Amino acid sequence: MSERWTVIRSGTPTRISASVLVVVGIAMFGVPFAFRTDIVQQLTTLCTLLIMAMMWNVLAGYGGLVSVGQQAFIGFGAYATIFLTQRDVPAYLAIVLAAVASGILAIALAPLLLRLRGGQFAVGTWVVAEALALLVALDEELGGGTGVSLRGLNAITPDWRRAYTYWLTLAFTLLLLTLVFLLLRRRSGAAIRAIRDDEEAAASLGVRVKPLKFMLFVLAGFGCGAAGALTLANTLFIQPQSIFGVQWSAYMLFMVLVGGIGTYEGPILGAILFFLLQDWFAQYGAWYLIGLGVVAIAFALFLPRGLWSLADDRLPFRLLPVGYALRPAR
Amino acid sequence: MTTVLDGHGLSVRFGDLQVLDGVDFAVQPGEAVGIVGPNGAGKTTMLNVLAGAIRPQQGTVRFEGRDVTRTRPDQRCRMGVGRAFQVPRPFGGMTVLENVVVAASYGGDLKGRRAYARAADVLDECGLAEIANRRAESLGLLHRKRLELARCLATTPKVVLLDEIGAGLTDAEAAELVDAVRHIKQGGTAIVWIEHIVHVLVQVVDRLVCMDTGRVIADGDPAEVLKDAVVIDAYLGKATS
Repeated sequence: MSERWTVIRSGTPTRISASVLVVVGIAMFGVPFAFRTDIVQQLTTLCTLLIMAMMWNVLAGYGGLVSVGQQAFIGFGAYATIFLTQRDVPAYLAIVLAAVASGILAIALAPLLLRLRGGQFAVGTWVVAEALALLVALDEELGGGTGVSLRGLNAITPDWRRAYTYWLTLAFTLLLLTLVFLLLRRRSGAAIRAIRDDEEAAASLGVRVKPLKFMLFVLAGFGCGAAGALTLANTLFIQPQSIFGVQWSAYMLFMVLVGGIGTYEGPILGAILFFLLQDWFAQYGAWYLIGLGVVAIAFALFLPRGLWSLADDRLPFRLLPVGYALRPAR
Repeated sequence: MTTVLDGHGLSVRFGDLQVLDGVDFAVQPGEAVGIVGPNGAGKTTMLNVLAGAIRPQQGTVRFEGRDVTRTRPDQRCRMGVGRAFQVPRPFGGMTVLENVVVAASYGGDLKGRRAYARAADVLDECGLAEIANRRAESLGLLHRKRLELARCLATTPKVVLLDEIGAGLTDAEAAELVDAVRHIKQGGTAIVWIEHIVHVLVQVVDRLVCMDTGRVIADGDPAEVLKDAVVIDAYLGKATS
């Protein structure tokens, strides 16, 4: 180590804040014992939104891969769950398997899609989503265009069903939060942020760009597949037009941009804000969508680094030990 | 003695434009070579070929005797070819320290504390330690250039490719950079340095190469090359035409 300077990853405030976040995450498992089931169901929705925001941020915020086709994985995860339950796989196991299957789908699509850049990649992913939606709509066994219900959860009483679904959703959320944290904490974290800022310069410094992008793409495929399967478990009914709809991409983009793209905390804030807006303004119909658009434009113009930048610029420490700081050696 | 980096018969063509036309080039371990030449002579293209960013249509590039013509830029960097871009390309959303940590941990292939130690050393050496925790996008030009150099050094290169790192700087600032480059050379690292400001370049280099229209037109002792009639013609146009 340099005699005069030393690199630190975290100070006492960061350790305290990280511990508090872990405790809050675990305490969230207790929610079904203390709150009404409609609140449990709403929190499930919030968690699925959070997963989607986090995964879109992993792609666009860290990998520079702006996708407008992540609904391909959301829809695939949901329909894979239907497919498996139709073959007598227990519903909650089917959800987990569907998420894994979505990750495998991402592995299969990566050689094709990761060759594309910028706008081509965005359009390419969307084309894949639309193609999958058509394939599903043509399959009568999967309910065709009219939609299909998730069976296999009828045996459980509604209150417990909502609790189980919530617990599984929370478990996925915490798992993905942990995976993204580890990705950022390790040296890959600095590398993926470097790729985000300048891919060619990152390669000139020895960063293997392709394997890192591949990893982000597969992680996002897995996460979005889980979000889709969990959305199905929460609503019990899906239609190809809506579960494969491009509105999911619009929501993800909104949450990430408003919260703070390329930050760990941003998508969490964005998901919470989006959830609240949805809750408050959903009754206003089309005006609600116009309102979302206005909010997004306002953020792009006046706060391009998102909500989290307000806190990040003022906090003298980081919430999580993912950064690096140089301090004079003692 | 094995050369640290060399190219043989390098040819690059962009459409109808022959940018490099059968160039031979070599740099010995610890040697500093300057490259001069008018705009469009093919200097930056040659650096791109040596770094692996452009693959030549003809010719081979060798690093320490091994053929690396088809080796990617990131692999060449890990082998020991460091590069600083003409226009600095900092990772704007990251701090100065994090920029250098990327270089040390990937290009330098160091893990954990050893990478941090390398980054701290390089920042100290390049006079960036005081501003290490600032976001790179907030830096001015001189600091950006120093960061570009620091990142390159953090990869522990055996040869560094510098592209006009003096451009846009005042004389005093350029003098600071010259000191930094001289320091790199004293550490035993070979240097290939493109620079328009010739009086800056000749303070450091052992050998000067002059390029024009994709060819090497002079190669040798800096003072001799600058007196060469062909070189003067290339820069100032022919006296008799």
